[in-house]
Parts: sequence; C-alpha cells; structure tokens
Amino acid sequence: MSASPLLNVSNLSKYFGGVKAVNAFSFKLMEGELLGFIGPNGSGKTTVVNLITGFVKPSGGEVTYRGQNITGWAPYKIVRLGIARTFQMVRPFYQLPAFKNMIIPLYSPRVKGMAGGKYGDRDAIALDLLEEVGFERDSFVAYKIASVLPQGYLKRLELAKGIALQPDLLILDELFSGLSLAEVASIVPIIEKLRYGGMTIIMIEHRLKELFRIADRVIVLNFGEKIADGLSKEVMESDEVKKAYLGSEED
Amino acid sequence: MKKRKERIDRGIKVRSEDIFALCSWREMLYLSSPRLLPIVGLFVLSFVLSLYWQKVLLSVSVIALLAISWDLLAQSGMVSLGQALFFGMGAYLAAIMNHYWGWSPFLTIPMATIFGGLFCTVLLLPVLRLRGIYFAMVTLILPIMLVRVIEATRIFGGTEGISGLTPLPSRWFELYIIIVALLAAFFGFRRLMGSDFGLVLKGINDNDRSVMNAGINIYWFKAQALFIAGSAGAFAGAFMTHVYMFVGMPVFALDYSILPIAAAIVGGAGTFAGAMFGAFLLVPLSEILRGLGGLRIVFYGLFLVVFIVALPEGIFHYIQRKYNQFERWVEVEK
Ligand SMILES: Nc1ncnc2c1ncn2[C@@H]1O[C@H](COP(=O)(O)OP(=O)(O)OP(=O)(O)O)[C@@H](O)[C@H]1O
Ligand SMILES: [Mg+2]
Repeated sequence: MSASPLLNVSNLSKYFGGVKAVNAFSFKLMEGELLGFIGPNGSGKTTVVNLITGFVKPSGGEVTYRGQNITGWAPYKIVRLGIARTFQMVRPFYQLPAFKNMIIPLYSPRVKGMAGGKYGDRDAIALDLLEEVGFERDSFVAYKIASVLPQGYLKRLELAKGIALQPDLLILDELFSGLSLAEVASIVPIIEKLRYGGMTIIMIEHRLKELFRIADRVIVLNFGEKIADGLSKEVMESDEVKKAYLGSEED
Repeated sequence: MKKRKERIDRGIKVRSEDIFALCSWREMLYLSSPRLLPIVGLFVLSFVLSLYWQKVLLSVSVIALLAISWDLLAQSGMVSLGQALFFGMGAYLAAIMNHYWGWSPFLTIPMATIFGGLFCTVLLLPVLRLRGIYFAMVTLILPIMLVRVIEATRIFGGTEGISGLTPLPSRWFELYIIIVALLAAFFGFRRLMGSDFGLVLKGINDNDRSVMNAGINIYWFKAQALFIAGSAGAFAGAFMTHVYMFVGMPVFALDYSILPIAAAIVGGAGTFAGAMFGAFLLVPLSEILRGLGGLRIVFYGLFLVVFIVALPEGIFHYIQRKYNQFERWVEVEK
C-alpha cells in the first residue's frame, strides 16, 4: 500500500535549555490507526503532543498533516484542520457548569456551522455529547459547576470537549490516569466506538494493559528518543522495552 | 421560646426565568424589579435633582460607563489600569472633528465612539498576548505617554487644549443622552456576556489555553472585547467634551482610570450591576466630602478600605445573595 500518511513527523526535536525533551523523533500515522505512545515519566510524550498541536514551538524538525506543513502553526489553526487533543492535567472552565464548558468548543469555527447558529441548539448538542461520554442524563450531573466535579467526570468532560470538535485526529494525553478500573472499563468502549467511526487516535498511556488491548501500534519513548515502534504484541515482548520501561515499572 | 434564623432559597423555579414566573404577580415583580429599578430610578432622579446634582449625575453616569467597560475587560481576562486611554481618546477625537472639521456633535460623538474604540484596540493589539499585570502596566502607561506627546509636540492645542467647542442642545438632552447610553451599555453588556460569545470571553479569562485548544483564536475575541469596551469609554469621553465644550490633557488623567476600578471593586466585579452601583455610591460621596477640604481624600480612602474589608466580594454580590434567599425567624421547639 502506498497511501500517504495522515500525519508525518520527521526529526522533531525540542530542547528546554540543556534538557533534550524530544530528540530527532520521527513517525508516520495512517488514517484510521489507533496508535499508543508509552514511555517512563519525563520521556517526552506530552512534549511531542504539544509540538504536534502547536502549543510548543519545535527546536527542529517538521510536522506535516495531510501533506501540509503545519510546523509552528498556532494551536487554533491546527485544531481547525482537524487535530484535537486533551490535556493530561484537565483544563476545564472551573466556574462554568459542565455543559457550558462544551459550548466553547461548539462555538469554534470548525463546528459552529454544523452545531447550529442558535443558543438553544448548542446547549442540546452539549448535553447529548456529555451523555455519550457518560454524564448520565437522569443525574443532572451535566449541570454541575465544573469545580465540584470529581476527577472521573473531569476526564470525561475533557474527552467530550475533544469529540465536540469532530476531529479527524484525536490525541488523548493520559486520559486514563487517575481513574478507577471500572471507570477505565466504561471509557474504553467510547474510544472504540470513535475509532470504528473512522477517527484516527493517538493515546498516551501509563495503563499498559488497557492500551495494548485496544491499540494497533505502539511507540515507546525514552529520554526523548524512540526506542521501539511496532505492533502492540511485538512491542510488549521486545527486550529493549522491558528493560527501559516495563522492567522499571513493574518491580 | 427559642428562635432560629431560617434561610430559604427562592429556588430554581423562579430563577429559571421561564413561564412559571408568569403564574403569579409576586414572582413577576420579583423577576422584573431588578431590571426596572435602574431604568425607573435614573429617570426619576433626573427629574427630582437640583441643577447641581444633575451635574453630579452626569459624572456618575460617565464613571459608571467607564466602570462597566472595565468590568467587561476584566471578565474577558484583561485587567485595565487605563480607562483614561479610552476616555481621552474619545474626547480628543470628538474635539478634533468638531474644532478642525466643523462637524456637529451629532456626528462627532458617534464617530469618536467608533474610531476611539478602534484606535484603542489597534494601540493595544501588540500587547494582547500579555496577561495579568503585564497587560495592566501597558494600559497604565499609554494614556500618560499620549499626554506627553500632546505636551511636547503642541498638537491639538498642546497644554492649552481646545476650547469653544459646540455644546449639546440643552441640559435635558445631555442628561438623557448619557442615561440612555448607560442603560443601553449596561443591558447590552449583560446580554453579551450571557451569550455564547460572552461564554468564550469568560473562558479566556478562566483558561485561555483551553479556549485555544477549542480552535478559537483568542486574540481575535480579545480584540473584539477591547473594541466594545473601548468604544463605551470613548463615548463617555466624546460626550463630556461637548458638555464641557473643552478638551485638554486632564482627559487622560489618572482619575478616569482609578475611579472606575474603585467603583467596580466596591460594587462588586463580574456583574456590571456592581460596577454601576459602585459608581452611584462613590462619585456622590466624593461630592459630599468636598466640604472637608484637605481631609477629603483621607475620608474617601478610609471609606474605601472599610468597604473592601467588610464586603470583599463587593456590595452588589451581597445584595444579590439576599435577593435570592430570604431569611426569617422561626420558632424552635423546646
Ligand atoms: N515547559 C517546559 N520547560 C522546561 N522543561 C520542560 C517543559 N516541559 C517539559 N519539560 C521537560 O521535558 C521532559 C519531558 O517532559 P514531558 O512532560 O514531555 O514528559 P512525559 O513523557 O509526558 O511525562 P509524564 O509521563 O510524566 O507525563 C521532562 O524532563 C520535563 O521536565
Ligand atoms: Mg505527559
């Protein structure tokens, strides 16, 4: 197959002073793939996401999306092309009710036309989206101010804000961290549904068991460099990875 | 017999502002009175006040306009220390159009409003990226710089200013034009911040990276908020220029920056009503204290401190809470 990749990252680097957070990192992502990113704490996963989504300007290298060079673009422009991301540290609008949080992505030029011009329409879409990610409608939890919501709901809200943008590529930065097993189990089907709906997804995870089960491919980062890239099963069993990552984690 | 204070929330039914409210006169009155109060109050005031206090009402309205303009910016994540920039810009633009080009006030005031807002936005465009205190510093410095430019280059009358400008038709006209403008801005701003557009502005204040991450160009939204707030301030300036029939460097004075902020803080920021309320308290107070001469500023400062310590949330938030809940004494069984 000679299809061109959806996302092509080549030689991407970011230095913070002397720290090489990301060093000559390259990978290709095909449309419809579910790619996992793993690596020890501080190995540069979040920095890669920030570089792709424009929140951090690279020291070197290139990011192309659908053949277009988007290196160093402003975040909002990258979102408009169809790349959405969630934050590892949830970033809700704490003073607003959960469903009003959703209005802001729904107001984005990317979806504004689709989401109806009127005020009331957007509220309804917001509530529907929140229900999809597990805000039970009967409980009225979607009307609660974000600052009183527990972590589980804040993570779901973060996911819903990403989905609201109707992205072609969705990047989830440690969506599962801080969640209980039961909560993770309830979110996994949501992600699988998105993926079978045709969305390309990158998942950064420390929860390896869940990740290996749903990812097609996994990339392993260590000290800002790629040390493995392959099918989930292969990566899980490679010695290099066990040494750098799994070994130190599971002792 | 023991008594205890019971606090009753007026409940979602009334506050939801839907058709339930139409079921009883009491609830309709409850809902409409906060909206009717400023409208009726202002018009009644304009009738009963003496000439001197009508003049005070003019300054109150001007400061109130600057205060709600400040509040709009603050709610959008921009803390301005330079409301005088908007005021002075509008004032000078109106004077220039009137003095050099001979335009009537009916043209200069609207034009100065629009272009004043526009020029201020353009001036502040390069610093929209700055946040918090850095943005505030620039807004503080700009009006001071403009004064020095006028002083040094002697343009627009230099230190003398421009006098002999066309007055407005009558005292009543002056009074009603500013009252209508203030009410329009007040209700307009409240509606704006309640809309999805306003939600985005509040989102920028709360968490600008998250707004960026929603595919929204926050600088474009900040610029729009700046234009709206700047225009309101410029209107106040243009209006006062024609009331005084004079413009000079004092229009960029610190008073026009500090007084609106004091009003918004004492009244309660974030609701516009608080800012307006604060202006209606502080400006007349400063007039009453005029008799004290040199000690005036001391009493004024003391008053500010007492209020801020006693009600740090602002007077309006306190009233709002009392409005949404009522308290009564009930008997407690022994
Ligand atoms: N803004 C910054 N300034 C300076 N150093 C930074 C900055 N952001 C990240 N770093 C450094 O870059 C390295 C990679 O950090 P990054 O957050 O990308 O790791 P991570 O793989 O996401 O880790 P975790 O699993 O803990 O989330 C770390 O050493 C970190 O200290
Ligand atoms: Mg991270």
